[in-house]
Amino acid sequence: MLEIRNLHANVDGHEILRGVNLTVKAGEVHSIMGPNGSGKSTLAQVLAGNETYEVTEGEVLLNGRNLLELAPEARAAEGVFLAFQYPVEIPGITGSYFLRQALNSVRRYRGEEELDAVDFLKMIRERLKLVQMDDRLLNRSVNEGFSGGEKKRNEILQMAVLEPRLAILDETDSGLDIDALRIVADGVNRLRSPERAMIVVTHYQRLLNYIVPDFVHVLVNGRIVRSGGKELALELEEKGYTWVEKESARAELAGAR
Amino acid sequence: MPTATQTIEQLANRQYRYGFVTDIEAESVPAGLNEDIIRLISAKKREPEWLLEWRLKSYRHWLTMEEPKWANVHYPPIDFQSIVYYSAPKQKKDRPKSIDEVDPKLLETYKKLGIPLHEQAALAGVAVDAVFDSVSVATTFKEKLASLGIIFCSFSEAVREHPELVRKYLGSVVPYSDNFYATLNSAVFSDGSFVYVPKGVRCPMELSTYFRINAASTGQFERTLIVADEGAYVSYLEGCTAPMRDENQLHAAVVELVALDNATIKYSTIQNWYPGDEEGRGGIYNFVTKRGKCQGKNSHISWTQVETGSAITWKYPSCILIGDNSVGEFYSVALTNHRQQADTGTKMIHIGKNTRSTIVSKGISAGFGQNTYRGMVKINAGAEKARNFTQCDSLLLGDKCGAHTFPYIEVKNSTARMEHEASTSKIGEDQIFYCNQRGISTEDAVNMIVNGFCRQVFKELPMEFAVEAQKLLAVSLEGSVG
Repeated sequence: MLEIRNLHANVDGHEILRGVNLTVKAGEVHSIMGPNGSGKSTLAQVLAGNETYEVTEGEVLLNGRNLLELAPEARAAEGVFLAFQYPVEIPGITGSYFLRQALNSVRRYRGEEELDAVDFLKMIRERLKLVQMDDRLLNRSVNEGFSGGEKKRNEILQMAVLEPRLAILDETDSGLDIDALRIVADGVNRLRSPERAMIVVTHYQRLLNYIVPDFVHVLVNGRIVRSGGKELALELEEKGYTWVEKESARAELAGAR
Repeated sequence: MPTATQTIEQLANRQYRYGFVTDIEAESVPAGLNEDIIRLISAKKREPEWLLEWRLKSYRHWLTMEEPKWANVHYPPIDFQSIVYYSAPKQKKDRPKSIDEVDPKLLETYKKLGIPLHEQAALAGVAVDAVFDSVSVATTFKEKLASLGIIFCSFSEAVREHPELVRKYLGSVVPYSDNFYATLNSAVFSDGSFVYVPKGVRCPMELSTYFRINAASTGQFERTLIVADEGAYVSYLEGCTAPMRDENQLHAAVVELVALDNATIKYSTIQNWYPGDEEGRGGIYNFVTKRGKCQGKNSHISWTQVETGSAITWKYPSCILIGDNSVGEFYSVALTNHRQQADTGTKMIHIGKNTRSTIVSKGISAGFGQNTYRGMVKINAGAEKARNFTQCDSLLLGDKCGAHTFPYIEVKNSTARMEHEASTSKIGEDQIFYCNQRGISTEDAVNMIVNGFCRQVFKELPMEFAVEAQKLLAVSLEGSVG
């Protein structure tokens, strides 16, 4: 489904991604782990099309389609969803209005009929259960005054409504207490399906106890230096990131020679 | 690839859809201003002697006045001798008796503006007085309203048919000596609308005036007077557009509202005068005095304005709360784009006991636009338990525009309660990207955020026009997405 080849990206002239390669198939859950500043969030933002990041080399294909030439809203309509690490507040727009606009924009792009308010309401009621969210939050401005947990739940709710083909979760566990983490992870797990791929970006192994990945990749200095199964995450937890960092430094030295 | 900020700026590139000129023979007075011109205007309108005297008194006073300089707007000096103070489309008959006698070109013009004047086609539930340059060309639903005792006609007609009412209330809220532009208006005003709603009558339809400037080098100086007698209710709306021209044109209007005991007047404005081009060439100078007097007990005056046009807007729709328990409200959305400047706000003068006022002002600045809120809340010594709530919010699109707030508060009674809230926000690139990521285009995202910002004001508009206002704002921010 997703094919990332030799992806390089800059921000403000600094190279953050330095040749990322990754293949994700439908139905798979991949976790990207790595130390702070390794480029995890950059990768998530670049895939979603944030123009702050400049892609200098490489390609990204989604079901054979060149993702990099699409505007962010077209990527969303093609099925890319990013659950933000820091969801943005939008004053004056209620959550339900925002979601209906989003859903109908995506449906228009796909040539599907738009949902009217009544059908939308029915659908949203059902999806709210998935993340155990109170519908009162939807009558408030998007993310405004939400707690950390509410913001993250709201991200997962949006994912449940938009039904993406590729969901990227960026540090979804940050700022969550254990109960909120469980609810969010539960919601995500219920959205796992054979047609849907997921990339879970996280610093800590903790989240992966709840969302169990099929593959784990370690990103260091803008490159994936190690890939493995879910047990790799446990190994990282035990040995720390310095272990892979040293290894990757050695590999780079060897490459330079 | 352009950044979101660039895209927002492109979006702000408005297209003005009402910039056409109607090719119609006009009857104008020579440019310039002197007592002869005023006599000529008065004679053309066959006015009674007292009104001519009032005009001349105003003119003589005006000569002693200086143009105000305190507003936060900048423009080259206006040459008042180069303005044409009266221009009217030539009509075959003295005055058309019915809509069928009105020049088809004029009807076509209003149709193009979305204001059909034939009653069969007219907006349901809205009576319209159409003012073209210096004269009213048609008023719809006049007879129907008359059957309820409601007078809705052009100002000139009111002077002829209801002189006692005009004489009683003209200048009673905005005196002839009030301020430079109001005094100029008092000297040269040409037409406008007059409304009188008798005791206990609730006006069953929206009344509205559509102002159109057409002729070049002409100023529009209209005067509106609305009187709601005891227990009466009326909702009134004005709309305005003008052709695109390179030179600036002056629009200096006066609006007076009088609400007697238990009466309510809702006055809404959708102002879309030509704003000038991207470089700030042309556009209307909109220097307007609007004031309402809550004269009676429990009276209520509410101003709602959506100001998207004009090169310069200078207006402060105000309420003088004389009657005990009277209520004044001001809801405003002002958008400035390109080189537009707006200095707008309100004055709430609390005189009676338990008077209440609410001010909600939403300023949106884009391009190089400069948006100023200027407001005064004054609580007089006798205004026991007066209350005011003020909220001023500014929204910035891009980083070259400006928002300014000048609230003046003067309290002379210790039982008064005042609240003031203010905020400034910017549509951030992160907000746009967040919307984009959910499938919403930048254009839709900006419109959505701007509309969300204005919702509090839009919900005060009559239903027929709330949708109109939303569309207008969308058009004002329309452009190509890069």
